[in-house]
Amino acid sequence: MSKDIKIRRFQTEAMAFIDYYKILGVDKSATEGEIKKAYRKLARKYHPDLNPNDREAELKFKQLNEANEVLSNPEFRKKYDKYGEHWKDGEAYEKARQQQQQSQRQYQRTSGFEGFGDGAEYSDFFESMFGGNFSGGNRGRHVKFRGQDFNAQLHLNLKDVYTTQKHVLTVNGKNIRLAIPAGVTNGQIIKIKGKGGKGVNGGPNGDLYIEFIIENNTAFKRDAANLYKTVDLDLYTAVLGGEITIETFNGKAKLKVKPHTQNGTQVKLRGQGFPKYKKENEYGDLYITYNVKLPNKLSSKEKTLFEELAKLQ
Amino acid sequence: MKTTQYIALPELCTHYRMEMSFFNGLRDYGLIEIISVEKTHCIHKDYIADLEKMIRLHKDLKLNFEGIDTVLNLLNKIDLLQKELNSTKNRLQRFEDL
Repeated sequence: MSKDIKIRRFQTEAMAFIDYYKILGVDKSATEGEIKKAYRKLARKYHPDLNPNDREAELKFKQLNEANEVLSNPEFRKKYDKYGEHWKDGEAYEKARQQQQQSQRQYQRTSGFEGFGDGAEYSDFFESMFGGNFSGGNRGRHVKFRGQDFNAQLHLNLKDVYTTQKHVLTVNGKNIRLAIPAGVTNGQIIKIKGKGGKGVNGGPNGDLYIEFIIENNTAFKRDAANLYKTVDLDLYTAVLGGEITIETFNGKAKLKVKPHTQNGTQVKLRGQGFPKYKKENEYGDLYITYNVKLPNKLSSKEKTLFEELAKLQ
Repeated sequence: MKTTQYIALPELCTHYRMEMSFFNGLRDYGLIEIISVEKTHCIHKDYIADLEKMIRLHKDLKLNFEGIDTVLNLLNKIDLLQKELNSTKNRLQRFEDL
């Protein structure tokens, strides 16, 4: 079985123009100190380590870093103030002009910052923390970094997770073979080591975190390994007792109904529930709740008999 | 003991551009475990992800050891609460559509 799963991470939206002053909540006349202060305050609020699995915070933090990278560097800030939205093009224009003027001399970059128009998915500041194509000039080319962790969701049906299943997941174009143990629960997250982003400069790969979203389209309710089901019971079987056949999750079972069974009575079928996660051949229980159905319509004979019964009370 | 499972602290200092005192501080606060392999202080590779988180908290947010310890404890608590919430949500589904 093969499934494509989507990785929750930044894509190209990170490259869109953002108003750095607005992002940091400062005005254009803000001093270097005010920018630093605003950045630190917001970084404490939106830092991804303090907001696990919060994509909004992650995106906000990236924008903060970009804003801080530009506005805390007087040279970049000047260009940003001058060219606004097109400051990257302005920088490219100036670079080209400088290169033309200094054609006999080797151009040397004085900073590791390369802007966002060069096809890089992340700014190097962000990469330096979370992995990616590290390209910083003065940050050290040989520094190893662990790759970025990936988060993904895998949608399965309840019936799918009754047995251990092998899936081939396609993550960023790569196939990953995965055995999903029976009994995995809705919302459970498993870590697949080393299947996240590639490490930088020989650093270890990040991990892949898969959250299972389990959709239940069955008549059973599930609580961990226990299953719950409501079964209709006719009045006569409820009063007199008898035997009924019910559908269990993976088959059928015969149940003896005791005489005088009340509406809402619950019975337990030991070991007929869901498999226990990572416990081979261990199952939870199945709880059956009886819903005693009264007849909708009575024939005249039935009515007479009920009236006689009522007189006996 | 497989030595390939361990990373020498001097190497980590170079990689992350951190002082040895930082790693010693983390150890003193019980945040990491440093073991000696062939007379070299090392950390197990399984703890690298946690260690990187601590380095980020220290570098990005200027947290000291007490701060890192507090944050990690709170994050663990959040993780437990998240699991509990998830389990409660799954339980609640039993009573939906009744």
